[in-house]
Amino acid sequence: MELLAIFISAILINNFVLHYFLGICPFLGVSKKIDSAVSMGLAVTFVMTITAVVSWIINHWILIPKKLEYLQIVSFILVIASLVQLVEMFIRKASPPLYQALGIYLPLITTNCAIMGLALLAVLKEYKFLETVIFGFGSGIGFTLAIVLMAGIREQLELADVPEPLKGAGISLIVAGIMALAFTGFSGMIK
Amino acid sequence: MATKSISAEFTKGFWDENPVFRQLLGMCPTLAVTTAVINGIAMGLATSFVLIFSSLVVSSIKKIIPSQVRIASYIVIIATFVTMADRFLAAFFPPISKNLGPYVPLIVVNCIILGRQEAFSSKNSIGRSLIDALGMSCGFILALLLLSSIRELLGSGGILGHQILGSWFKPWIIMILPAGAFLTLGLLLGLALFIESKTKPGR
Repeated sequence: MELLAIFISAILINNFVLHYFLGICPFLGVSKKIDSAVSMGLAVTFVMTITAVVSWIINHWILIPKKLEYLQIVSFILVIASLVQLVEMFIRKASPPLYQALGIYLPLITTNCAIMGLALLAVLKEYKFLETVIFGFGSGIGFTLAIVLMAGIREQLELADVPEPLKGAGISLIVAGIMALAFTGFSGMIK
Repeated sequence: MATKSISAEFTKGFWDENPVFRQLLGMCPTLAVTTAVINGIAMGLATSFVLIFSSLVVSSIKKIIPSQVRIASYIVIIATFVTMADRFLAAFFPPISKNLGPYVPLIVVNCIILGRQEAFSSKNSIGRSLIDALGMSCGFILALLLLSSIRELLGSGGILGHQILGSWFKPWIIMILPAGAFLTLGLLLGLALFIESKTKPGR
């Protein structure tokens, strides 16, 4: 029950994009088409779940026993950077079609603050192992949901008559604001 | 690039290349911490500290960093200064550190900082990099101040805890919620482009 609550809250209530403001760059940059938004979302979900596992192991097996918690930032960012590289090489060998689908989005994830944020938030919330994994997976799904919804709206926006200065980033942010407002409706669903 | 005067190098961060309004970099902290002016200032100063010192280090050792591993090296340098800033805030300003939460460690993935190292510090002299970093920091603080002032004023009726608007004013809760951040920044971006199109005809 606890795990289910973490999962649902990561998707709907504490949505990474609309509540924590993490991963805004890809959210604005890669949300022009639904196809690419889905690929980006899948890539992020995949890396997030693995990052959750690896960062938990590093934190609990190496950093905490050796009292090196102050190295969290440096070690997490290095782990994430090398992990993305590793995942990219692995997918290229193991599943070329998936590699084709994810394309350039995989390397871009290194600089995605959502991944780093996930590792830090899991530490901050003092989740146990299984909770961390569920949190990572749920957050990835939440990110996918937000970016795909956004892409759907933006495809329609192409046809709309938007005032000149608001075109591009301006109207995207306003749309995101309205989405965030809608998502606040979910808060209170789970205590 | 090299032909720019020192003052132009400094002031370009204010408007022409303002990291938030013109380059759309560093959006995550900009949106997340601007619920109150004090958080905005703390975030701005912490980011500036990291940006200035990383630029200093990167521009002074740029010749000995092999270009294949430069991004990784930059990240380690940045992460070192972020750790310092994070520990400093936690030790001397615990309430602010608590308010900012994970967003201080997240400075490490702030695209403004890595972007400046890659685009500027790795190609320019120490002095120029320092001035560029100072200018960009001012531009970033300016943007954070503007956004957090609007949000705190409309969200609570005051700034820095001082009540400014009278008791007739009913605080707009939405401005403190995430939605308010997106809406305010979206409208500000529109405004920035509008001013740009009026002041620079022919664009």
